[in-house]
Amino acid sequence: MEWETVIGLEVHVQLATKSKIFSGSSTAFGAEPNTQASAVDLALPGTLPVPNEQAFRYATMFGLAIDADICKRSVFERKNYFYPDLPKGYQTTQLDAPIVGAGVVEITLKDGSKKNIRIHHAHLEEDAGKSLHEDYHGMSGIDLNRAGTPLIEVVSEPDMRNAEEAVEFAKTLHSIVTSLGICDGEMSQGSMRFDVNISVRPKGQSEFGTRTETKNLNSFRFMEQAIALEVERQIDVLEEGGEIVQETRLYDGDKHVARSMRSKEEANDYRYFPCPDLLPVVLTDEYIEEVRAQMPELPAARKERFISEFSLSDYDAGILSADAGLASLFETSANISGDAKLSANWVMGEFSARLNADDVSAANAPISGEALGQLVLRVKDNTVSSSGAKKVFEKLWSQEGSDVDQIIDAEGLKQVSDTGALEAMVDEVLAGMADQIAQYKAADDKKRKKLMGSFMGPLMKASKGQGNPKLFNEILAKKLND
Amino acid sequence: MSISPDDIQKIARLSRLQIEDDKVEKLSGDINNILGLVDQLQQADTSNVAPMAHPLDAVQTLRADQVTETNQRDKYQRVAPATEDGLFLVPKVIE
Amino acid sequence: MLELTIQELAKGLRDKEFTSVELTQAYLDRIDKLDSKINSYITVSKEQALANAAAADEKIAAGDTGLWTGIPFAHKDIFCTEGTLTTCGSKMLHNFEPPYNATVAQNFIDAGAVCLGKTNMDEFAMGSTNESSYYGKVINPWSGDKHLVPGGSSGGSAAAVAARLAPVATGTDTGGSIRQPAAFCGLTGLKPTYGRVSRYGMIAFASSLDQGGPMAKTAEDCAAMLQVMAGHDAKDSTSIDKEVPDYLAALSGDLSGLKIGLPKEYFNEHLNPEIAKVLDEAIEVLKGKGVEFKEVSLPNSQLGVPAYYVIAPAEASANLSRFDGVRYGYRCEEPNDLMDMYLRSRSEGFGDEVKRRIMVGTYALSAGYYDAYYNKAMQVRRLIKNDFENAFKDVDFILGPTTPSPAFGFGEKGDDPVQMYLEDVYTITANLAGIPAMSLPAGTVDGLPCGIQLLGNYFDEARMLNVGYAFQQETEWHKQRPENSLTELSA
Repeated sequence: MEWETVIGLEVHVQLATKSKIFSGSSTAFGAEPNTQASAVDLALPGTLPVPNEQAFRYATMFGLAIDADICKRSVFERKNYFYPDLPKGYQTTQLDAPIVGAGVVEITLKDGSKKNIRIHHAHLEEDAGKSLHEDYHGMSGIDLNRAGTPLIEVVSEPDMRNAEEAVEFAKTLHSIVTSLGICDGEMSQGSMRFDVNISVRPKGQSEFGTRTETKNLNSFRFMEQAIALEVERQIDVLEEGGEIVQETRLYDGDKHVARSMRSKEEANDYRYFPCPDLLPVVLTDEYIEEVRAQMPELPAARKERFISEFSLSDYDAGILSADAGLASLFETSANISGDAKLSANWVMGEFSARLNADDVSAANAPISGEALGQLVLRVKDNTVSSSGAKKVFEKLWSQEGSDVDQIIDAEGLKQVSDTGALEAMVDEVLAGMADQIAQYKAADDKKRKKLMGSFMGPLMKASKGQGNPKLFNEILAKKLND
Repeated sequence: MSISPDDIQKIARLSRLQIEDDKVEKLSGDINNILGLVDQLQQADTSNVAPMAHPLDAVQTLRADQVTETNQRDKYQRVAPATEDGLFLVPKVIE
Repeated sequence: MLELTIQELAKGLRDKEFTSVELTQAYLDRIDKLDSKINSYITVSKEQALANAAAADEKIAAGDTGLWTGIPFAHKDIFCTEGTLTTCGSKMLHNFEPPYNATVAQNFIDAGAVCLGKTNMDEFAMGSTNESSYYGKVINPWSGDKHLVPGGSSGGSAAAVAARLAPVATGTDTGGSIRQPAAFCGLTGLKPTYGRVSRYGMIAFASSLDQGGPMAKTAEDCAAMLQVMAGHDAKDSTSIDKEVPDYLAALSGDLSGLKIGLPKEYFNEHLNPEIAKVLDEAIEVLKGKGVEFKEVSLPNSQLGVPAYYVIAPAEASANLSRFDGVRYGYRCEEPNDLMDMYLRSRSEGFGDEVKRRIMVGTYALSAGYYDAYYNKAMQVRRLIKNDFENAFKDVDFILGPTTPSPAFGFGEKGDDPVQMYLEDVYTITANLAGIPAMSLPAGTVDGLPCGIQLLGNYFDEARMLNVGYAFQQETEWHKQRPENSLTELSA
């Protein structure tokens, strides 16, 4: 039988506010445990929540970016359940009146085709803390620094039909929220976390199959792998005549295995009701228009601009516009160097390779757009060769230097482009290579091209690697062909 | 509506409360009496009445995004039953 | 000294008739001598109080003229007080010394007042008798040898002020918890408009109903207290940003032109005839001050108790989830696993009435019942609010009984919780609507104090206090004191 996969995503996006959604605690990542957990975050008796305006602004920006209606009177509800990382015993979230209504996200697939993924809604809520499972004499440790960090949970319709679409949707969302500046996009720090709802059905059937939810995936690669694994599992179960059980699953990316989370002792009954400690949040038309007026450029618009302003190809513009950090880096470099194509090559080549290798985002890279632009400029004006430029790049990346020209000087990477000096070197080298010259003169055109290489080695050696290879080539050709 | 001893145990579990077997009957009786009182609500004609979650028709004031809290972990953890290395300790959490 | 008002005490301090240390010591001595009979305090902060009193004396000597500087008072043990045990009447918080102050507590500190200690209360403010306190029941000082309830949940505050173990005390009122014990103990008690007094640091029972307020001998002292307690608090989203009037300055005693409504749903055959007599006499007194009376109708008032016993337990069931033994409070001995820790900490830490209400609330919110219970109750809540809004188009205030009967004996209502819940029938609607309400001592029934209740429009506390003030200028009920009864009481 031929099977069709149906995928819907729930994406938790941590908002890049300075303070928490209901308290004045810092949201900075990586602090010592519980040093950013205030009386409100710890749910000390009698403490009360006061919502953060910036969280509403960010959620509104997201809503406008996906063309959704903004709820002008949104209400917080309590979702009741017990867990040690949930200090109040309920999560403050939104249910009936979420801030962002239905919207749509357009994705571009590898074959260049486009598809709309509908967003059911996005709501504001607070993050939970963390349970650390290292062994403390058989006990777990609870860190509540993350408790109360603002999130928007973006809930998609089940519009995706394979892992590629799901991953592309996730990447597009990442691109939107980082471009808006409402999320730092640091997946390794849990700034975006994906819950994937997966079901399969015989191709042609209109009803959905029973779905499972694989929770808390925090990389695109894991997401792709987890989907593949789960689809395979479901198809195996169904083809063997079994039934899919609706359940929550956990994927272990390192071992590439997934398991059902320990079945709950009772069905969840979250007993949602309006939070009596908070009043309805009213956003006026003026407020929404003010936010709209201050919206930064979105990836789709940026892509069009890169094509028209920098004459980039559709492909290059797509890659460079998707990540706000990468886009800004490229643009700075292109403007400083005056060479967009060369800047694009550097950003998509050497630079992106290092980002991947070191698992850092463009925004956090050790090289600024200014430095990269300067380097591209020096390649362009022949100050350094491309292999010399790579050495400069390494120095910049490892932060052994920050000024491109200083590094070039210090490392002796400056190319000699003085034709007089180069000609003298060529004469000197050729004087000791009579045999090779004779060989060259006797060869046909095809063979001559090959033989040129045997002169270049000694020339580069004579120039201590600083001779401009392009000029050497020209001079050599002239001398040998005379 | 009335509540059975089974419901009592289910609700107790949701509330993370333990009700000893010999107390279930008395408790379900009490709660059924309360539900009997509460069922008087059904007399009221509430068609077209909007539910009222708050006594005043006020709207929420929002706070500026500023960090106003400082680290007071030691002070806050002085009242905690069990801590180590700045963490609150609980019996093992199994997902 | 025990009978002086706050303004008179302040004058005495400034005129050097006595010092704050002397005043504070006098109350501490009296607590030492008498509280074993009535159990009105959970914690007496002897050293802290004397230190604060000494500091106040220095400030007064240096020319401080604040009304509250050096004045002793007591806090209901529901207000978090930094470094001082705050139990909320529960074993759950038997060891909880809050690392911060409630806004109301901070306001009294800022005003220079001297906190004598924390008063006993029904566990988590759930009760009308003070029987549910983990720290033992409070005895109504008017009991004589009969052992009557002081009312609840602010029964400790009421008993302490009635027995003159504090000049005034704070209380909180979710369904009558200030007004009913005030009525039972012969005091004046005011539940302000919802949002008038900050709830920050006041341990929550039912967030949309809870409101802190003053409990005192007189309306004048209530005015002095409310001045300290009221005001917008940025830490409480439900607190209202509205100017706080000068409550003491509003006490003119002039009631001419005032219209008071008498709800026909209160003045019927169900009204206790003895209490009806007390009300009739009070009406005559107020008529003498120029008040005009008029019949009004509150057609949905009988639905107040049923609506309350859905909304309050529902909110409480979530509010009390934070007591889980993880970050503070009681944790059971040697839990086997996480579930065991939750189940035993909460079952051992909470008393029966609290557990019962958590269960009712959980049930009312659970899948399949939300619409029939919670949503319906919220709709009825609006009907009740509408009733008051309609009535206040015609009258300035509404007058009625505070309670169906005077103080009763422990266990007298049997063990059916519903019989107890019906005690709140006259007080509960003010919490549901969020309007201010005040109980005034207005007579006796069988030798026990009897209260009458004024209900007012939103934020009309100043005029309401003036009605109480004018009434107390004409009557002596607020000056009654249970001294003989206290002597009879055995410890």
